[in-house]
Amino acid sequence: MKLSENWLRTLVDPPLSREELAHQLTMRGIEVEAITPVAPFFEKVVVARVLSMEKHPDADRLNVCRVDAGLSEPLQIVCGAPNVREDAVVPCALLGANLPGISIREAKVRGVMSYGMLCSGKDLGIESDVEGLLMLPQDAPVGQDFRDYLDLEDHVFELKLTPNRADCLSAVGIAREISAMTGAAAFYPEMPKIEPDCLDTREIEVKAQSACPLYLGRVLKGIDISAETPQWMKLRLERSGIRTGNIVVDVTNYVLLESGQPMHAYDLEKISGSVSVRFAGEKETILLLNGENIELSARQLLISDENGPIALAGVMGGRESAVSDSTQDIFLEVAFFDPATIAKAGVLNLSTDASFRFERGVDFGMTRSAMERATHLILSICGGCAGPVSEKKGTLPERKPILLRLPRARRILGIELSIDGISGFFDRLGFEYEVRDDVFSVMPPSWRFDLKIEEDLVEEIARLYGYENIPGMRPESAMAMLPKSESLRPVSELRRLMVGRGYHEAIGYAFVDAVWEKDFSGNMAPIMLKNPIASQMAAMRSSLVGGLIDCLCFNLNRKQPRIRVFEIGACFYRTDEGYGQEEKLAGLCYGAAFPEQWGIQSRTVDFYDVKSDIEAIFYPTIPSFAPFSHPALHPGRSAAVLFEGKSVGCIGELHPKWVQKYDLTRVPVLFELSLEALMKREVPVLSEISKFPPVRRDIAILVDEKISAGAILEFCRSIVKPAKVELFDLYRGQGVEMGKKSLAFRITMQDTQKTLLDAEVDAIITQLIEALEKRFDSKLRI
Amino acid sequence: MQNLDTILKHALEELGGIDDPVELEQAKARYLGKSGAITELLKGLGKLEPDIRRESGARINKAKEAIESVLNARREAIQAISLEKQLALELLDVTLPGRGQDMGGLHPVTRTLERIQGIFHSLGFSTVSGPEIETDFYNFTALNIPEDHPARAMHDTFYVDEAHLLRTHTSPIQIHYMMAHEPPVKIIAPGRVYRVDSDATHSPMFHQLEILWVDEEVNFTHLKGVAVDFLQRFFEKEHLKVRFRPSFFPFTEPSAEIDMGCIFCEGKGCRVCSHTGWLEVGGCGMVHPNVLKHVGYDAEKYLGFAFGMGLDRLAMLRYGVNDLRLFFSNDLRFLNQFD
Repeated sequence: MKLSENWLRTLVDPPLSREELAHQLTMRGIEVEAITPVAPFFEKVVVARVLSMEKHPDADRLNVCRVDAGLSEPLQIVCGAPNVREDAVVPCALLGANLPGISIREAKVRGVMSYGMLCSGKDLGIESDVEGLLMLPQDAPVGQDFRDYLDLEDHVFELKLTPNRADCLSAVGIAREISAMTGAAAFYPEMPKIEPDCLDTREIEVKAQSACPLYLGRVLKGIDISAETPQWMKLRLERSGIRTGNIVVDVTNYVLLESGQPMHAYDLEKISGSVSVRFAGEKETILLLNGENIELSARQLLISDENGPIALAGVMGGRESAVSDSTQDIFLEVAFFDPATIAKAGVLNLSTDASFRFERGVDFGMTRSAMERATHLILSICGGCAGPVSEKKGTLPERKPILLRLPRARRILGIELSIDGISGFFDRLGFEYEVRDDVFSVMPPSWRFDLKIEEDLVEEIARLYGYENIPGMRPESAMAMLPKSESLRPVSELRRLMVGRGYHEAIGYAFVDAVWEKDFSGNMAPIMLKNPIASQMAAMRSSLVGGLIDCLCFNLNRKQPRIRVFEIGACFYRTDEGYGQEEKLAGLCYGAAFPEQWGIQSRTVDFYDVKSDIEAIFYPTIPSFAPFSHPALHPGRSAAVLFEGKSVGCIGELHPKWVQKYDLTRVPVLFELSLEALMKREVPVLSEISKFPPVRRDIAILVDEKISAGAILEFCRSIVKPAKVELFDLYRGQGVEMGKKSLAFRITMQDTQKTLLDAEVDAIITQLIEALEKRFDSKLRI
Repeated sequence: MQNLDTILKHALEELGGIDDPVELEQAKARYLGKSGAITELLKGLGKLEPDIRRESGARINKAKEAIESVLNARREAIQAISLEKQLALELLDVTLPGRGQDMGGLHPVTRTLERIQGIFHSLGFSTVSGPEIETDFYNFTALNIPEDHPARAMHDTFYVDEAHLLRTHTSPIQIHYMMAHEPPVKIIAPGRVYRVDSDATHSPMFHQLEILWVDEEVNFTHLKGVAVDFLQRFFEKEHLKVRFRPSFFPFTEPSAEIDMGCIFCEGKGCRVCSHTGWLEVGGCGMVHPNVLKHVGYDAEKYLGFAFGMGLDRLAMLRYGVNDLRLFFSNDLRFLNQFD
């Protein structure tokens, strides 16, 4: 909300500078976001009248004007503005004037002397894009300092109000708050009761009592709608950012801004029969003031006449019943609408100054005086006569007394408080209260909709005490060490492991393109958002792969040749009760296996490079890998990662069809693992270190290509125990027939009790070779 | 024994001039080998008279020792020379870069979170997490956000279906936690949150962090103390100014907005702080009694404070990042600046 400082100071004027006042407001919860001067600095500009003008002898576009600037003699001023004309009243910069960017001196313009400058709003920096001279009303006093004339020594306070403080959505509300926080007296505008001077009324029927507990209507007849809005009112409205219109609209807006009470004026002639307040029926429509024709639903509250809706109650009036240039008689409406009802009507995404206030709560103690204030302003500006006020009153929101216990307030705030101190705060806030023992019983005023419980009052006390005066203390508490299980690995450790292996951490959106879900997870029915921000951000991810591919494409487009990224994040799935999420760790490698360097021959990263990363992640436990098929991955170059017999993820090259579709020149290798499987870690238990030397034997066997190394390794480990079996060579080519491969294993055996004899070892190896022959049809390679 | 002197003289001269280890051993054999000159002399001792034998033996042995000592010295010298040669040949260009994999890097938001966790863990807070697809109850109702509150409107919240939404803040985590644990509660709850909003300062997904402490005697001065302490530790500025001003959140009462002195202009006013000298860093307050009641705590007995901050915002301020969207661009040129 924007408010003129000068206006505010007519209501309450504490001895504080502008900045001090703004600071006080901010520190009491009424944040002043900005203070803006209404005009930049300029001086020696006065109101002037163009007495006469003639064409410049040497320039078609220029006029030579005689100007009355209130000086003893008229001034000769050359003017190039297209809208200059005789009798125009305009701002005039005198010789020696300083305007934003220029100073005015005597000048010869194409051979003609000019003694000043007629100004546009742009010249003065008060309007940004209007080129022609700023035309002033004919009654503007010639010779008056222009800054005084338009009250330009004013500043606009831009206030950011929290939703609970609807009572501050007006000049009076802010003045009341300033008075409470500074103790300065506030002078509110008089709102005298206007006695009716004609008998006209319009019948009112409130059919939705709880939604509209108070409705006032009044007929005003014979008003002059063409009356000019007074300058002071115009300026205050404009400085609050409200566009001015006809006088009736201006007055209703002004009263709203002044008192916080929204009101509406209808053209009486356009209302047929009685006015009723009711909920909309099926299929009813209304053409609103903003030109939108909307279909209504049963939860929208209407003002209606006999023919149908004439206004969306508390939100916006209808176009057909609106006050126009030809209006003579009006029906003024001031009401209190139930906040929840108006908030529910807001599904239209239509927020107006009125609905914004009604949603948050309007002071129902102010309704009648707002009616009187508006009546007074309209009659005094436009003439006419006022009928009596008709009132329909139901049950207004109940204000129940709230108990505040002094010890509780002390306990919550941690500061010393006294009965006297609190009483002083409550007095300044205009609360009615009683004190018995250490307990206050406080009656919240009609303008406060945010005071319901004891803590609300504690906040009021803290606010007036000043948050800045409450000390910050280091808490004292019983020290307890945090449990930190050694058998759980912190995620931070995993992250650092990935970083150590050359990966950068990425963070992707949880909502992704549904196409990614289809391509990379085969998920044809992902969890969809009902209101996504964009169609390609609509599906909740079930995998991190899409985001990593996207990250890959993004970086390739930015000429990054080598990419290693990982992400740890939640993925989503459906459950019987709703939705579940699983944390996953995924990684992607693309381009060279190692950064370009002198000591390692460049080659493209492959399955086994990334597999070693997975093995490192699991270390010291050993996962196993089994061929499988996955929608994202190459069917012959991918594997399920198995841990403790369960599939916990996958690894592989991106499927060739996605390599093509996503326009990749090389093949990325990816993996994705369930984070849970990586979190467990065994606490080590030492086993005896053997004093006896290990014995090593190497064997090489020839087997069929189709037999997996993993199967042989696993078989070996099951045959020779306890021993370490490692694969140390794989060979194909000369000396090995096609379709076969040679695998070399190193078997290391060690006993803790004795030195193994060669004969014993040889027997075990012979047994192993025989077993391998039997199981895999292998041949010992010599 | 004229011969011995000559042999010894020759031997010492010859051995002293040898540079090659093989030659040295050959020379050694010529004197001390099986049929070496000295060995031959020793063999001849048996033919001599006992008196002369004793005397000659002593002389020969002395000569032998002299030869051996020269021999050893020569051996060491030759070894030293050959090591010298080897070292000269084995010279490395130590300025060649090391071989192997590069290092990666953590995301700046993670880096920020880990620091914050470290700070709060030191005060005994544990980290907890919660679901990102939430129900209306946890995200709103239990947090005292009534049905008709503007925050529930379609334009702020992403909905999955009638009953489910993407959490709009990390506060529902405290509800889950308090429902499952008895007080005292000391937790920090970080996580991703979602709102329908997107521009240079808003992302539809961002990170928040919530701190919650519930116990019998936790009051507003403690909230202030912990928040101020935290910001000073996080920004490593002992005299960082922090101010609290009244604000409104449905789940706290009293509520406050936390501002800190602008770290870019030291409070003088700059573009980052919109020339106010202050930066908003979070919201906080004493836990609303309705929230405590919703989780089954005795609101008369227990008090608590909560404060929430934007993790991304803290990271932006800490590292001078001016566009929130950079955090989610996954641009390696951005990410590798935090290695």
